[in-house]
Amino acid sequence: MSLKFRLASRNLFHDRLRFVATIVGIIFSIVLVTVQMGLYVGFRGMVTTMIDHSPADLWIIPTGTKCFEDPSLLDDRQRFRALAVNGVAEAAPLVIGYAQWRLPGGTTTPVFIVGSELRELGLHPWNLVAGRMDDLAIPGAVAIDQSYFARLGVTGTGETAEIRDQKVQVVAVTKGIRSFTTTPYVFTELDRARAYTGTSLNKASYLVVRVSPDADAYAVRQELRASLPNVEVLTASEFRSRSRSFWLFGTGAGAALFAGALLGFIVGTVIVAQTLYSSTKDHLNEFATLRAIGSSSSYIYTVIIWQALLNAVIGFCGAAIIGAIVVSMTAESALPIVMTPALTFALFVLTVVMCVASAIAAIVQVMRIDPTLVFTR
Amino acid sequence: MTEPVLDAVDLVQFLGHGAGRVQALKGVSLSLRGGELVLLMGPSGSGKTTLLSVMGCLMTPASGIVRVGGQSIAGTDPEALARIRRDHIGFIFQTYHLFPTLTAEENVRLALDVRGQRSRQAVKAARDVLGMVGLAHKRKSFPLELSGGEQQRVAIARAIVGETQAILADEPTGALDAENGQAIMTLLAQIAKDQSRAVLVVTHDPRILPFADRIVHIEDGRIVNEESGIPAKRVSMS
Repeated sequence: MSLKFRLASRNLFHDRLRFVATIVGIIFSIVLVTVQMGLYVGFRGMVTTMIDHSPADLWIIPTGTKCFEDPSLLDDRQRFRALAVNGVAEAAPLVIGYAQWRLPGGTTTPVFIVGSELRELGLHPWNLVAGRMDDLAIPGAVAIDQSYFARLGVTGTGETAEIRDQKVQVVAVTKGIRSFTTTPYVFTELDRARAYTGTSLNKASYLVVRVSPDADAYAVRQELRASLPNVEVLTASEFRSRSRSFWLFGTGAGAALFAGALLGFIVGTVIVAQTLYSSTKDHLNEFATLRAIGSSSSYIYTVIIWQALLNAVIGFCGAAIIGAIVVSMTAESALPIVMTPALTFALFVLTVVMCVASAIAAIVQVMRIDPTLVFTR
Repeated sequence: MTEPVLDAVDLVQFLGHGAGRVQALKGVSLSLRGGELVLLMGPSGSGKTTLLSVMGCLMTPASGIVRVGGQSIAGTDPEALARIRRDHIGFIFQTYHLFPTLTAEENVRLALDVRGQRSRQAVKAARDVLGMVGLAHKRKSFPLELSGGEQQRVAIARAIVGETQAILADEPTGALDAENGQAIMTLLAQIAKDQSRAVLVVTHDPRILPFADRIVHIEDGRIVNEESGIPAKRVSMS
């Protein structure tokens, strides 16, 4: 083990109370950043979950649509115009909208209807844990997520309720299709979705388009834009970006999450800087001695940086354990905190950056050190 | 007569700022030659420590010349001065300045580590030097587990492990009892027997006069007297 590292670690662990305070500060800071960024990643994924699970290459949407949950209506004739465009293999209508779900006891709760043709391109329920897709062809059939059973007053398939005074029966159950708005998704067949949302038979919320295998999606998009007035044509990726930017930045939710993360970063930096600074101050005599016996500045900086890195690694490990607990506790919630390997790595890098940046104050202090201190102290 | 290991010519140095500014050195010249142990004596505030700082390249003089191994350090930047210190000068301090979190052996190794010497030979050199100062059995001890005399011997080991030509000691016996003070001076005298090395000791302690080859008296920033010591009275290290 290098003597620099040994000196750094022993200086760090020598004052246990200060060390523990530093580590608690780092853990607090990184857990705060983790929660904020994990929420951001979770939110980012949830706001596009419907777009992510549609096999569409292109989305034809009413002009000005801000996000998937912001439906206006398209005329069904647009579908036929779209189908006439070279390179369009399929163009299927999709109907979405809010409705009231009436529980058997008479109380109501809002639901978000998602309807598409069952045997066509569209947006069908996934992660089925009970029932089959084909069962949705039964009149009044709907699919819901098991996490909303209590909300919707049902316990599984075969149970009934009402939407817009029409009897619906749960025929399929999904797992993990949760809405960040907390309004349950209800999947059904296209025409029934129109009926539940009060949409005319010649209208649709979106047209989802599949491009022929030999066609270029961007070229087809250009042609569709030219052929269809008063609509926008977006690739799935563009629609995803638009939805994300609306929910994350249009609503201020993302900014709030980032502000929380930034706050955590600042708090952590200040805590580590303060403790490194006071540790350096306490060991000023030793650093002056090092300087007097001829150590280079970089030797002393390395000792301080090692201290910062040790703080970072130990603090990050503690934060990772607490973060993992928080992630598992929120896994089944409406807005889970999501940790990805990339986010974990980014948080580690952030912790290191935070701790090394915190060392700057200590390094500046050491830069000013007068080696003749060794004769006066 | 050997070449000077450290040479100071007409040094002038000021300390403090503004109204508190004082001239600590007023044209001091002093040479340290290999094989001699020089005592620098004088009352408090006479400029002893300032002279030690300037000759030890810890401080740049306002005017005058310091030569280390014949090379002037004029115009040298702080990093280069640090390099000169680690290559040519070993320090011993009144309060030892050992690193409390490092063992005796690690404290000695530190002087080699700052030079980039981290091999097994460096470890061996540190152990050998600790053996020389009679502390081989205490190499794993931390400074707080050592007596004052033992701590000072570790500090001496740290100062000499790099085989520097000049050893500058600031009141090395100041915090020690008579017996330990004698032991420390015996060690320093032994080091000064090496014709390539010189030892300069700043002291108030008249008990160590018998160890000096030369005694330099400084008062009010000027050298006022130089006299030969009584090296014959040196006590053998063994």
